Amino acid sequence: MTISVDVPKDSFRLSQLLYDTRYRSLTIQVVAFILLMLSFSWLVSNTVQNLSALGKDFDFGFLSTPAGYDINQRLIEYSSQSSHGRAAIVGILNTLLVAFLGCIVATVIGVLVGVLRLSKNWVVSRLMAVYVEALRNVPLLLWIVLIFALMTESTPQPRDFREGGSASMLLGDTMAITNRGVFIPKPIWHDGSMILGAIFVLSLIGIWAFRRYARKRQEQTGDILPVFWVSLGLLIVPVTLFYFVLGHPVTLEYPELGGFNFQGGLQIRNSLIALWFALSLYTGAFIAEIVRAGILAVSKGQTEAAFALGLRPNRTMNLVILPQAMRVIIPPLISQFLNLTKNSSLAIAVGYMDVRATLGGITINQTGRELEGMLLLGLFYLTASLMISSVMNIYNNRMKLKER
Amino acid sequence: MKKTIFLGALTVAGLAATAASASTLDDVLARGKLNCGVSTGLAGFAAPDANGVWQGFDVDMCRAVAAAVLGDPMAVEFVPTTGQTRFTALASGEVDMLARNTTWTFSRDVDLKFEFAGTNYYDGQGFMVPTSLGVSSAKDLDGATVCIQTGTTTELNLADFFRSNNISYEPVPIETNAEALQQYNAGACDAYTTDASGLAASRATFENPADHIILPEIISKEPLAPLVRHGDNQWGDIVRWTLNALITAEELGVTSANVAEHAAAAGDNPEVNRLLGTEGELGAMLGLSADWAVKAIAAGGNYGESFERNIGSSTPIGLARGLNALWTNGGLLYSPPFR
Amino acid sequence: MTNANLSYVREEMLAPQDPPLGQTGVIRWLRENLFSSWLNAILTILSVWFVWTVVSHLFPWFYNSIWSGGSLNECREIRDATLGEGASAACFAVISDRWQQLLFGFYPSDGYWRPILALFLFLGSIMPVLFAALPRKLLLGTAAAPFVLVWLLWGGSIWVAVSVALGFVAGFIAYRVVSSSIGSSLLAILAAIAAPILYWSVLHGPVSGAFSGIIPIELPKVQSKEFGGFTLSVIIGIAGIVLSLPLGILLALGRQSNLFLIKYVSVGFIEVIRGVPLIAWLFTASLLLNYFLPPGTNFDLMLRVIIMVTLFSAAYIAEVIRGGLAALPRGQYEAADALGLDYWLSMRLIILPQALKISIPGIVNTFIGLFKDTTLVVFIGLLDPIGLAGAIRASTDWQGIYWELFIFIGLMFFIFCYSMGRYSLYLEKKLQREHR
Repeated sequence: MTISVDVPKDSFRLSQLLYDTRYRSLTIQVVAFILLMLSFSWLVSNTVQNLSALGKDFDFGFLSTPAGYDINQRLIEYSSQSSHGRAAIVGILNTLLVAFLGCIVATVIGVLVGVLRLSKNWVVSRLMAVYVEALRNVPLLLWIVLIFALMTESTPQPRDFREGGSASMLLGDTMAITNRGVFIPKPIWHDGSMILGAIFVLSLIGIWAFRRYARKRQEQTGDILPVFWVSLGLLIVPVTLFYFVLGHPVTLEYPELGGFNFQGGLQIRNSLIALWFALSLYTGAFIAEIVRAGILAVSKGQTEAAFALGLRPNRTMNLVILPQAMRVIIPPLISQFLNLTKNSSLAIAVGYMDVRATLGGITINQTGRELEGMLLLGLFYLTASLMISSVMNIYNNRMKLKER
Repeated sequence: MKKTIFLGALTVAGLAATAASASTLDDVLARGKLNCGVSTGLAGFAAPDANGVWQGFDVDMCRAVAAAVLGDPMAVEFVPTTGQTRFTALASGEVDMLARNTTWTFSRDVDLKFEFAGTNYYDGQGFMVPTSLGVSSAKDLDGATVCIQTGTTTELNLADFFRSNNISYEPVPIETNAEALQQYNAGACDAYTTDASGLAASRATFENPADHIILPEIISKEPLAPLVRHGDNQWGDIVRWTLNALITAEELGVTSANVAEHAAAAGDNPEVNRLLGTEGELGAMLGLSADWAVKAIAAGGNYGESFERNIGSSTPIGLARGLNALWTNGGLLYSPPFR
Repeated sequence: MTNANLSYVREEMLAPQDPPLGQTGVIRWLRENLFSSWLNAILTILSVWFVWTVVSHLFPWFYNSIWSGGSLNECREIRDATLGEGASAACFAVISDRWQQLLFGFYPSDGYWRPILALFLFLGSIMPVLFAALPRKLLLGTAAAPFVLVWLLWGGSIWVAVSVALGFVAGFIAYRVVSSSIGSSLLAILAAIAAPILYWSVLHGPVSGAFSGIIPIELPKVQSKEFGGFTLSVIIGIAGIVLSLPLGILLALGRQSNLFLIKYVSVGFIEVIRGVPLIAWLFTASLLLNYFLPPGTNFDLMLRVIIMVTLFSAAYIAEVIRGGLAALPRGQYEAADALGLDYWLSMRLIILPQALKISIPGIVNTFIGLFKDTTLVVFIGLLDPIGLAGAIRASTDWQGIYWELFIFIGLMFFIFCYSMGRYSLYLEKKLQREHR
């Protein structure tokens, strides 16, 4: 094979577009671009033709017309007279709520189960294995439906809380678990609650500053400060103190049985709880496997070295194993969070009014705007996914092993 | 690589199989099968039996049309549709007609561009509550938790009703009737609202039907009608007049048992003769054979027979005729004359 | 030192003593494994209590289960007659009454052997791919399998399937001929695409017609609408994965490409597909796909769903294969370049065989995920097992039944997915051993 270093520069022949590697990539890209544009315009022209054949137009005006339906769980003001657009926002907030709650609980479950599966305790590790396999190998939809049904069947009706009924409220009549949801006391914010909030934030900052100081001090002198107790004190004492100083700026409204149902308090609806737990348990099983794999990926020598340094088992876990395991765990964890967010679109199975049920469900159904509705829905999920993955990627980059 | 092309071939095959042409009737005749959209399962109206054969009141409507057009009541492909997919299925030509508890409303008729072929069941939205609740009127339901089925007009009616009466409620939207009943039975909602026919049907299957009452208020008009696409009037006529033929047959006393006898020769009643094609050319005007109505009636009986067999008082559903009695019996069923 | 031989060290060994009772057998095992610390003891007791509660609640229900009866009411009557009023008993009669529907949907009952045979054929045809020890000649059977399977499931004349397959043979021959005579791989690929298209548009009809005329081998046709239950889930899952493999490979290569446009189109496609939930894509298939195709085209929902699922899983497969490509040592790429192979040759001969091999566990896992996700088709009106459960519960016979149906469906899914998962684990272990 001869190596031609100097390529003839004088003439440009058309065949060079195909055979010269300098131009070929350009040719291919131009051809690909043309093909792409052609197929794209084909799709668009088809859509335009089909829409005109059906006498429809492409118009987002429906978003400002009254929705006409009610939504039970709304984080912002909404009534049946609000617009479809507002209904969509209510749905988006509901999706984000269940996704956020689900991610937290799924992580907790996943870490616990992942660690327990490695436990030497035979019963516990078997039980965890059964949990993981059962959850992972049966469709999520089935779990959502089953957990919803189980909760409805196994919890008492509000009626049972009446005099002589079989059920009673918990925690000194402040909380009730019914098959319509869990009723908990609702905080009522009076004047001065802003100050209390500010103090809470300040004490959080204080905790953060103290932890920094403690770490620095440990690095310099080797003294270990009682970080946990001081943090706890910082968290509780100032807020409690000012709560009394300001004269109870926050009071609780307790749920009470009245009419058909509990009145007052905060109702966490069964549909939310069922979806939340089903998503958490399902994703938790996957996270457990990720955590287990992450811990197993840290070689045994690390543990032995830590023991040789005289670290106790829990400090070994915290200081040696977990930081290393985290690097293995985080990337797949991100994709599990994304999955959970996307899977929250199964809310329809339990009647939780997420964005799929409001914008992508009732609104599309009532207005006949499938194209616009599905486009908005897709855009929302896409944005949410990209945002979650970019935030988690930033975190991942910070945690990543800095190789030099 | 190979398999992507194979996919292409599959697609081409699929396209070729169902290339749509201008006339639905021609399509159906060419295909030899009627594609009929039904619900994914609603007791008495459409549900598959143990042999996988669809049964029900809506299903009978499909079979009657298939019999009228193709001569064979079994020449129907049932396409289960959900509340969400039904209209697109019809608009896109995936089904030729929809017989799926669909309420005839202005916006569906005009804005969504469908043609309703006349009401085959007059319904209205009602409430069912446990007797122990001590409620006798829907207006007492202030603060109640109400189970509804999503994707239907019921949720809009419900919102309107509670707003106009200025009382509050908590909606619990559920995807299917079966799921909603499970919630209701477990007491997760105080009331269940859907079409009164559905309420009666569900109540009948409870272990103790007497423990539940259906409240007297009917909060909406729900004329349930089979529907077809706008723009193909001939096909719309066929579905409309098949329905009318079933109603007229009941009015004239033509049943599946005696239809053959009536159709054998022209009788004394000129309208029966015109209906059954022994006199006049009504079938040809529709583009069908002369005995189209004979086959439609023979398929599942006249309106009354179909009603009694699927949802009538002798079935577990146990619906009374009520509004759906013939106009001669005080109901609303009134077919235009066959002439 | 008079007693020099006086031994102050014992001369004969003591007989070994039995270890203390707490250090042997069951007790030791219990101590070490279950009660090694307070926390462990509490966990053990909690777990045992949990298992006991579940079992004690469920066991009578299962033990008393009733397997005969045509409706829920009959079930209740049998229960009241044999066990007494209100006893806890499962009514699995619904399964014995409707199991055929749950498995086969509305498939004609005299044709049940067809999906079963198809499943076994499929399993047999992927064996050569999954187990490298089998002779390579069997891969020919694998290539023929898709045509046989489609014919078996949908019916019609076998010659249609044969003739469609001939198109691919034509493409292959065209590729061989052009690449050996002209030597340009680009032209050869063009020829390989053009020849089958020409063949199908011109010769396909006459050829299949002629053969059908001479030797009619036909199976009764089955409409897509008659598919349901687990047959539907399995077909959508398998078709989705098999069809998405080629697209997934192309996307993975595209994502690694140096060509700006190709790279970002691939990335965009993958991210958009992965960013939106499958249920939204299924709704797109059912509500919107008709908008995007030429006016008047309309093909059945199952095919649309398969297309959408194929696109969907292609994005996931692409990511799996990208992982496989990234796991190959850089040296493999450089070695291929050093040999003077062009891009496609180096991919075909060196990179992809290795990358695909390490991707197989990931592909199997994607398949498990996809198979479970096929349950979502219930939301667009296809009667998969969960959809059929709804339809069965809508019939007057079985209104009010709940757990039995879902337990059966869940169990079926579990058996299928669990065995697939085990297989993928085995493959992973095997690959790790081979890499050492």
